[in-house]
Amino acid sequence: MTSGIPKHIEEILIANRRSFLKSAGMLAIGFGVDAGALLTRAAAQVGSQVNSGGPYIDPDFHQLDSWIVIHQNNTATFYVGKTDCGQGTGTGFRQLMSDEMDIAYDQTTCIMGSTDNTVDQGGSGGSTAMERDAWPMRRVAAEARRVLLEMGSVRLGVPVDQLVVSNAVITMKNDPAKRASYGELIGDGKFNVTLTGNNVNAVTGAAKTKSVLEYKYTGQSPPRYDIPAKVDGSLKWAVDVKLPGMVHARNVKPPYAGAKLTAIEEASVRNIPGFIKVVSKGNYIAVVCEREEQAIAAQKQLKTSWERPATAPFPPSEDLFKYMRAATPTSSQRPSVTGNPDEAFSSAAKVIEADYDIPFQGHTAISGAHAVADPSNGQMTIYSNDMKSYGMRNGVAQFLGMPRDKVRVVWMEGPQGYGRTAADDAGCEAAYIAKEIGRPVRMQWMRNEETAWDTKGPAFTVKVRGGLDSAGNLVAYDYHARSCDYNHVGYNEPDTVLIAQLMGIRKDRPSAGSSATANDMYAIPHRRMSGDVVSLPLIWETPLRTGNLRDPNGPQSTFAAESFIDELAAAAKADPFEFRMKLLQGATADDSGFKRARSIAALKAVAEVFGWDARPSPKPAGKGNILTGRGVAYSFRGQSVIAQMAEVEVNRQTGHVWAKRLACAYDCGLVVNPQNLRRAAECAMLHGLSRALHEEVQFDNEKVTSVDWITHPTLRHADVPEKIDVVLVNGDPNPNRPDLPPYGGGEAALKPMLATIANAIYDATGVRIRRAPFRAPRVLAALKAAKV
Amino acid sequence: MSKITLKVNGSMHMVDVEPATPLLYILRNDIGLQGPRFGCGLGQCGACTVIINGNAIRSCIMPVSSVKGEVTTLEGISTNGKLHPLQRAWIDEQVPQCGFCQNGQIMTAKAMLDKVPNPTDTQIRETMNATLCRCMTYYRVQTAIKRAAKTIAETKPAARKGVAA
Repeated sequence: MTSGIPKHIEEILIANRRSFLKSAGMLAIGFGVDAGALLTRAAAQVGSQVNSGGPYIDPDFHQLDSWIVIHQNNTATFYVGKTDCGQGTGTGFRQLMSDEMDIAYDQTTCIMGSTDNTVDQGGSGGSTAMERDAWPMRRVAAEARRVLLEMGSVRLGVPVDQLVVSNAVITMKNDPAKRASYGELIGDGKFNVTLTGNNVNAVTGAAKTKSVLEYKYTGQSPPRYDIPAKVDGSLKWAVDVKLPGMVHARNVKPPYAGAKLTAIEEASVRNIPGFIKVVSKGNYIAVVCEREEQAIAAQKQLKTSWERPATAPFPPSEDLFKYMRAATPTSSQRPSVTGNPDEAFSSAAKVIEADYDIPFQGHTAISGAHAVADPSNGQMTIYSNDMKSYGMRNGVAQFLGMPRDKVRVVWMEGPQGYGRTAADDAGCEAAYIAKEIGRPVRMQWMRNEETAWDTKGPAFTVKVRGGLDSAGNLVAYDYHARSCDYNHVGYNEPDTVLIAQLMGIRKDRPSAGSSATANDMYAIPHRRMSGDVVSLPLIWETPLRTGNLRDPNGPQSTFAAESFIDELAAAAKADPFEFRMKLLQGATADDSGFKRARSIAALKAVAEVFGWDARPSPKPAGKGNILTGRGVAYSFRGQSVIAQMAEVEVNRQTGHVWAKRLACAYDCGLVVNPQNLRRAAECAMLHGLSRALHEEVQFDNEKVTSVDWITHPTLRHADVPEKIDVVLVNGDPNPNRPDLPPYGGGEAALKPMLATIANAIYDATGVRIRRAPFRAPRVLAALKAAKV
Repeated sequence: MSKITLKVNGSMHMVDVEPATPLLYILRNDIGLQGPRFGCGLGQCGACTVIINGNAIRSCIMPVSSVKGEVTTLEGISTNGKLHPLQRAWIDEQVPQCGFCQNGQIMTAKAMLDKVPNPTDTQIRETMNATLCRCMTYYRVQTAIKRAAKTIAETKPAARKGVAA
C-alpha cells in the first residue's frame, strides 16, 4: 500500500480514454485491445503522453460511455464531473452507483473532475454533491444495468424477466449455472447508448432508479478510498506535480490596495542564481526562477515602486461596522413581509432590539494557492485543486484568448476548498506566465499572500427587533442585514480573477453581492426580513474582495437571528429550547421538504443526546473563576436541517471561552455514508467554532494586516471539546419512503455554531456578546463592563 | 551553491544547493518526497514536519546546511510496507478531510509517542497545539493518537517476548 499509487488514480490515465470518448456513440471498438499499460499518475504527469493529445473535447454527457466503463475483469470505473474537497463524496458516488448497477462496491473506482475525462457537472459547490449531482449518476448506473441485462438476455437466450443480477453477474432464475458477468458481456467495450435530458442534471436513460429500500451499500460506511494514500505519503497532490523544464513563479503583490506600479528594477534580482524573468503587465508582477527557493528569494528581493491611491481604499477594521452602518447601500433586497409588522410592534407588550456584527473572515487555506500550467504543443494543461475545474478551464481559455478545446484542467487534491478560494487566481496566473515564457510553470502563493489576498466571507452587521405580547409570545419580528459584499467575485471569471484586476481588466457591472437573510421555520405572525449590500470605497485591486466561503452568508445571518431568538426567550423568561419549539409548533402546515417537522425532530434529538437542562437563561450567577453555561441554536440550509447545543466554560479572569461539549442533530434526508457525514459534521462544527472564537481579518486603511496564523488565528488542538456528539436524524413524516432524497451535508453543520456559542456564553455569564469573534480580550471587556 | 549530503529515510543523498535553502524544498524538489508540505514557510502550522534525532522539526525554516542527523519523513515511518500504528489509526478513525495537513499531525504525534508512549489528554493537546488543520479534524486526530498509543502498548510486550524467545 505504501508504495502504490491508488488504483482510482491509475485508471484516470488510461492512455486512450480520450479516443474512447471521442468515438463514443459510434461503432463499438474493443477497448481492451489497444488500451496499453495503465500509466501511473506520477508517470503521466512527467511524461509527454498526457499532453500530446488534444483538442480537448468535452465528454458528452448524453453518452453512457462517458460515465461508466466496465472492464474485462468485471470491475467498473465511474467517471463523474465532481471534485471531492475532503468530505468523501467520491466514496458516496461509488456507493450509490454500485447499488444502482448491482455491482460490488469493491469492484468499482471513481474518477473525478478532470475536464477532458469526465462530464461537466460543475465541480463542487453548495453542498450539492449528493442532493443534486448524484441523481444523474444514479440514473446512468441504472441505465447501464438495464442495458447489461438486455445483453445478458441475448447471450443467455431468455427474456430479461427470467434473469437476476448480483455482484455484476447475471444468472438465469431457473438455472443459476447459466450466467454471464458484466465483464464478459461488455468488458472494455462500449455501450453506445444515447441518454436523454436537456442538461447534465436531467440526464437519464430508459431505466428507473431503485427504491432506496433496495440499496445495499448506500447507508453503509465503507471507508473513504482516498484516505490510505493521504496518510502514507503516496498521493500525488496538485502541489506535487513536476514536469520536465518546469520553472517556479511567485507573485509580487502591491504593498497597498489600489497601488499603481511606477517602476520595477529588474537589476535588483538578476544576481539571483536561476533567475529567468520578471513577468509584468499593469500592476501585476511575478518573478520566475529555475528553482523554488530562488523564486521565493526573488519575490522578497525585487525592488518596485508604487503610488498610493488618492483616497483610502477602506476604513481600518476597527471602524468597519460604523462605516457599514453609515454607508449608502449599493442595492437593497425587496423585504419579505408576513402580516403587518409595524402594527404588531405598536401593540406589542415588550419590544427589544439588538445589533450583531461579524467581520470579514478568510478561507485561509492551510497552504498557499497553487497550480502548475503546461503550455506544451500550443495547448494549456492546468493541474489544480480548484473545486470548480470546469470553470477554471473556461476562465483560463477566455483570459488567455485560447480556444476552449486547447485548454484543460486536471483536478488533483489540495488543501481545503470551501468555496471560491485563491486556487482560481493561481490557476490563471500559472497559465498566463506559462504562455508568456513557453515553459511549464508552478505558481504558489506564500502565507502572507494567501491570508491577506484570498477572498473573504462578507462582513455583516444585522439589526433585529422583536415584539412580545403580554404572555411572552413572539408576535412581531424585523430582521435587517447589511453585508459588505459589493463586487463579490464569482468563480474563475476572466474579468475578476486577481491577475485580471491587477492588469486593469474590469467587469462592466460589478456583482451586486448579497445579504441573504436567516433561515428558520418559526411561525411568527408578523415578520419583515430585509437586507442591504454596502460597498467599501475601493472595489478593484483590493485584498478585501469577497467570495463564497462555506455557506456564504449563513454563519453571519444565523449568528444574528439565533442569538436574537435567545434574547427574546430571555426577555420572555422562557427556556430557550422550549421557546424555539413553541415557535416551530405554532404552525401546522409544512413545506414540501417537511422542514418544519424535521426542525422539530432535530431539536428534540439534540436535546436528548445533549441532556438539555431546561430553564430560562442566564443561569444564576456562578462562583469561582470558571462559569459554565449551555446554548442552543438551529437553522437549515437548503433542505438540510441542523440543531446544535454547546456547553461552554468562560474564564472570568481571562475571558477565555472553551466549548467543552458540542452536540448536533443533523437531518440530511437519505444518508449515503453515515460515517462520512458524521466526520463532515464534526469538522464543520469545529470550523464554526473557529469562526466563533478566533477568526477575523484585520486591516489598516490601506492594507490587510492579517497575514499569518498569529494575525489571523484559527482553532487549535487545545480548543477542541472533550466530546462531540453527532446524531443523524430522519425527521421525514414517512422516514422509510422509497423515494427519500439525500440533501447536502457539507456546510449546514457550520451555520448555527456562532450563535450556539454566544448563547452558551450568555447562559454562563449573563453577558450577551454581539460581535464575533469571541476572543478572550473582547469577552473579558464585556464581562468587566457588566461587572461579572 | 554547496554540496550537502543528507541521510533521508535510510538513504544517502547529495545535493548541490544554496546552504540556506530550507530543508523542505530539498526534500520535495530534489529528493522527490511529498509527505512534508509547504503550509506557511514560517514554522507556524506544522504541515512541513519531519523527524530529526527524535524531534519534530519544521523543515520549512530549517536551513539544509544545519541538518545534523537522519531525516525521517512520512514516507519513512512505515516498515517493510507495514503502516505505522499511527497511520493505521488514521485510517481506522477516518481522520482526514482534505488531508493536506495530516503529515504534520502524524509526524508530530509520532515524535510525541516515541518519547511519551502513553500521553494524557492534556499532553496531547499541548504537544499538538501548534499543528494546525483548517478542516478542523482535531477531534479525530486526538482520538486516533490515543488509539495508536494503545496499539503500540499492546504490541510491545509481544515484541519483547519474541526477542527473548
